[in-house]
Amino acid sequence: MATSSYTPMLDRGARGEVLAAIAVAVVTLLLMMVFGLLMRMEQAQVIALGPTWFYQLMTLHGAGMVGVAGLAGAAVMWHFLSQYVTLSMRIFVANLVLFLIGVVMVLVSVLGGQFQGGWTFLFPLPTHAMGIWRNGAAALFMGGLLVLGVGFVLLHLDVARALIVRYGSFARAMGWPQLFGHDDGNAPPPTVVAATMVTIVNLLGLVSGATILVMMIVNAYLPGFAIDALLAKNMIYFFGHVFINATIYMAVIAVYEVLPRYTQRPWKANKVFLAAWTASTAFVLFIYPHHLLMDFVMPKWMLIMGQVVGYLTTFPVLIVTAYGGLMIVYRSGIRWDVASTLLYVALFGWAAGAIPAFIDGTITVNYVMHNTLWVPGHFHTYLLLGMVTMVFGFMYYITRSGPAGGDCALDRLAAGIFVLSALAFTLSFLYSGKASIARRYAEHLPEWVPYNRVSAVFAAIVVAAVAVFVVRFLARLPIATRDITRPTLPRGVQA
Amino acid sequence: MIHDTVWLISATLMGLLAVAFIFVHARSHERVNDYAPLQKRAYRLRTVLFWVLVFTLGPAMLYTLTDLPYGSAKAGASGGGVQVIEAVGHQWRWELDRTEVKAGEPVEFRVTSADVNHGFGIYDANLRLIAQTQAMPGYTNRLRHTFPAEGTYRVLCMEYCGLVHHNMIVEIKVVKP
Ligand code: HEM
Ligand SMILES: [Cu+2]
Repeated sequence: MATSSYTPMLDRGARGEVLAAIAVAVVTLLLMMVFGLLMRMEQAQVIALGPTWFYQLMTLHGAGMVGVAGLAGAAVMWHFLSQYVTLSMRIFVANLVLFLIGVVMVLVSVLGGQFQGGWTFLFPLPTHAMGIWRNGAAALFMGGLLVLGVGFVLLHLDVARALIVRYGSFARAMGWPQLFGHDDGNAPPPTVVAATMVTIVNLLGLVSGATILVMMIVNAYLPGFAIDALLAKNMIYFFGHVFINATIYMAVIAVYEVLPRYTQRPWKANKVFLAAWTASTAFVLFIYPHHLLMDFVMPKWMLIMGQVVGYLTTFPVLIVTAYGGLMIVYRSGIRWDVASTLLYVALFGWAAGAIPAFIDGTITVNYVMHNTLWVPGHFHTYLLLGMVTMVFGFMYYITRSGPAGGDCALDRLAAGIFVLSALAFTLSFLYSGKASIARRYAEHLPEWVPYNRVSAVFAAIVVAAVAVFVVRFLARLPIATRDITRPTLPRGVQA
Repeated sequence: MIHDTVWLISATLMGLLAVAFIFVHARSHERVNDYAPLQKRAYRLRTVLFWVLVFTLGPAMLYTLTDLPYGSAKAGASGGGVQVIEAVGHQWRWELDRTEVKAGEPVEFRVTSADVNHGFGIYDANLRLIAQTQAMPGYTNRLRHTFPAEGTYRVLCMEYCGLVHHNMIVEIKVVKP
């Protein structure tokens, strides 16, 4: 591989619509983080909102964060993918508009209608409120999620169309000719491979999610239309698992694209890379039973499959993507600014979160850890310190004022504080899980309160650091649309 | 206890990963222009890592699969009669047909729900979660557990079920056989 020949490159600035999506996403993110902080303060008994407020905030935080992650991930993917294929801006905007409509519906149902059925809307809780909220509020919430889902379906269909126009088929876009045949070095770039994977799995996940949402909305008004609770749970967790994981697979595109630019080294889609992404596609689809390990009536083979696939998924994450990041950075002379630092840390956060995740996916462990704070512990690690950190890295990357960066001391301070406090915050969740503290409790047993106090302090620091990221991003938005001539770009990164 | 082991393993693996990232960061400042030899060495190391993971995680995973909590397998050789507790979750209380069992003899909990999903989690006197299963309407999950020692145990709800989810608590007395 010729490593010393580079092609000079012009980096297009971000489109206004993409920036609008990111701005909407991170402002909502900040608000949701404040809700998260309020929840932790309530559990720490520093404030006394009461269970009604707690569970409303919990429902909003869950739905809001998952939605925000989807929107931000899609924006990152769109930004880079549009270098390789022709995407429709109108569809992108349609998704943004549907997102906003869906968010308003969710907000009204929760704040106006006191809906507190949780973002996972597990059947039949939404329509079994014991008089706390009305069926109408539940239908509005589920309708809101449906609208959000339709937006993402449109977006992914457009991505699918564009990929097929350019590469002919999903198989080619996933690099199958190079994976299963001779690797002629012409596999599609990592961005395309990742986008293809996300498109395939998310379309399947969204269909499952939309189906169960429609079924439950019908059931809300026609209770005679009965739904099996176990089937509902399977469909919901299949959708939920795929969707939230896909946000990481979209955001990681920023790492694939930006680290090579900083290190002047290619991130090649070689055989191992392609195998990892093809394997991940299958894993993501077959892993969801690990959410049902405590449903003893499930077919045993499915639960065992859930555990086995859970172990297998760690391989692509650790051995290919995290390792690939380490490889490209090692002795590269990389310039460490806020963007590259956050993207590097985000790789760590993703891989680190995968560890407590697969361990909890062990049936015998799940037996004594399921639905303790261990669970928010692992997913906040790979979402907060992984997925969302990738988005923050992208924000700094896109708003840098030139090759020399343009971070100020405040940015660097906020980044440092963010990384440490986010790590401490997620570890405090995990440690609480070790202490068997149950998740989703508005009020904790007295023995549990001290843990929450410590955790709330870290949460407050995270919120402060993120506030800096968001304000600095909004302040520098105009820069982000400018094209920048990058020093050079390694050959082989571009398709 | 399994909780401590799990924490220890997770913290160790996450710590090792952190060390790798810090090490590479420390070695990132000087540039080696020729990437190919570096890459070659890195790929070789990766192959080693791959097999190390296969040969550590693989057996660990298979070993944990030998002792699943499903079905009656968990009861072991249940010499005497099994003590049965019928447990029904309601918004927001547990209904158990008995709340006293003997230590050292297997108990079968037949867990279901009258309304929404709940989770049946058994906590020991030190507030350690020692066993659980889901309580789902229309289904009965059979959870077998043998209490090793007498004492007061608590059942907490492990699946979010609405406004008073955090307060669905019932006590089980485990007495001398
Ligand atoms: C400052 C940052 C954050 C704080 C303080 C925070 C806090 C919390 C708290 C207290 C809970 C409820 C824990 C419990 O079950 O008792 C929670 C749940 C959750 N969080 Fe966060 N969080 C933060 C960031 C994030 C991010 C970045 C995401 C995703 C992108 C996220 C996604 C979720 C989800 C999906 C849940 C589950 C909600 C449920 O159980 O229904 N959080 N968070
Ligand atoms: Cu409950």
